[in-house]
Amino acid sequence: MTGAAIRAPRTGRYDWAPRLIGLATLIGSLLLIEFLIRAGIINRYVAPPPSEVIASLYRIVAEEHVLRRFAFTAGECLSAGVLLTVFGVAGGVLMHRFKLLQKACETWVASVAAAPLVIMYPLFLVVFGRNALTIVMMGFISGLPPAILKTIEGISATRKVLVDVGRSFNLTRGQQFWKILLPASLPTIFVGVRLGLIFALINIVGTEYLINYGGLGSLITDLAERYDLGGTYAAICFVILVSVVFFVALEWIERWLRPAD
Amino acid sequence: MTAAAPGDGNAILVADNIAVRFETAEGPITALDDVSFTVRPGEFLSIIGPSGCGKSTLFNVIGGLLSQHEGVVSVAGEAVSGPHPSIGMVFQEESTFPWRNVIDNVAFPLELIGMQREQRVERARHFIALVGLDGFENRYPGELSGGMRQRVSLARTLAAEPKILLMDEPFAALDEQTRLLLGDKVLHIQQQLQQTTLLITHNITEAVQMSDRILVMTYRPGKVKRIVDIALPRPRTSAIVGSEDFGRYVAQIWNDLREEASRGMREEESHALLGDTTP
Repeated sequence: MTGAAIRAPRTGRYDWAPRLIGLATLIGSLLLIEFLIRAGIINRYVAPPPSEVIASLYRIVAEEHVLRRFAFTAGECLSAGVLLTVFGVAGGVLMHRFKLLQKACETWVASVAAAPLVIMYPLFLVVFGRNALTIVMMGFISGLPPAILKTIEGISATRKVLVDVGRSFNLTRGQQFWKILLPASLPTIFVGVRLGLIFALINIVGTEYLINYGGLGSLITDLAERYDLGGTYAAICFVILVSVVFFVALEWIERWLRPAD
Repeated sequence: MTAAAPGDGNAILVADNIAVRFETAEGPITALDDVSFTVRPGEFLSIIGPSGCGKSTLFNVIGGLLSQHEGVVSVAGEAVSGPHPSIGMVFQEESTFPWRNVIDNVAFPLELIGMQREQRVERARHFIALVGLDGFENRYPGELSGGMRQRVSLARTLAAEPKILLMDEPFAALDEQTRLLLGDKVLHIQQQLQQTTLLITHNITEAVQMSDRILVMTYRPGKVKRIVDIALPRPRTSAIVGSEDFGRYVAQIWNDLREEASRGMREEESHALLGDTTP
């Protein structure tokens, strides 16, 4: 009777396989693009060969201070991420708690999630000025809706029996939230925060590009205007790196909060 | 056989004239009507009835999760108006917290009363051993079988040391063999702790195997049809299911239930024919 259906412990035997296949796919794709460009099938004045992009990486680090710009954009993302997590989760909890508020606002929040907020940058420039705050606020506002919506979804989807267990132990409303509703909805909330961060990063780099201020977006503008295609794509690689850093960090935090998943 | 006796002075739990009515689109439905019974300290009472007789509604009323009812439920003379610390509930549905490992699940009620971590871990280990899960303390529910998860829920409820253990078909989702063996485990724990236990079930074998008395309910509205004393010797194990006396009790209770179950089936069929989806 002891463990007829116990899930087999993870052995790690095949842990390397997905990573290896992923890496091989990336390298294969780059080689294919390199071939297509060198063969003249893709115009090299539209897209530079990957070898040229890789060669430009050192140059943009040494000459364009890309690491400083990387830190600047990452800092903006972090600020927007913290803001959208705090206000998104709090907003979602409030909207779930007060049904009238949820009924009144949920559709609007969903509409904002689908709107191309980046075109509102002139308004933000007027309100906050041409500085990092404008960029952070653009990221924050655009990433907020998914965090709110997924928090509502996560709390609403908490199994009734878990809430009943809490009630049977006479939990206060606060205990019910901190000990049952929040941990039960964490996986869905993290999906919202991840989506929010995607929206935030797109808008942050987009706004930097549009107002030519700050980090990687601004560098991409400069390099594109100089028609330095290798450098432009190398800078885009650093934007991808920002995204990777945040996703790895989020995954780590989620595992720390929910080690069972 | 005895009748319900709400006036029993020794009773730890008294349900007196419980009635529950729901408003539905098709009109009011009486789920429970005039349900009265008592439970004595250390007694194992099972409540059995056909599907739709209001067993789970009664579970929620006794556990304090359903406050809109008529009549009174009292524990040791104190009327219950909400969840009561003397009543520990084990639910039909799997109810462990997936984000907590076994030890933290079981220690949950101890955490609520502010017990120090070391102390509560020690207490939790005691109850984990009691349900036979030693060695699984650091596993998460997702790594356990259905039966093991139900034992974690049972240990969590027992850790709060309730005076009355209230269980709603806790083994309903398990296969027959696991169900019988878990029945043994519950019987063993109940006898060891002298735990007053109230089991809601639709399984006659399970009820006869474990109970001192069985309360048979009618189909909707759920009423007390009969209370049967089970005079089988204790301590019991699942081996008792092969005995002649056991078979006699099962036949006797099925006799009472068959009529109610048939009535329930007929009513549900006629509702289905009329397109009425009322439960």
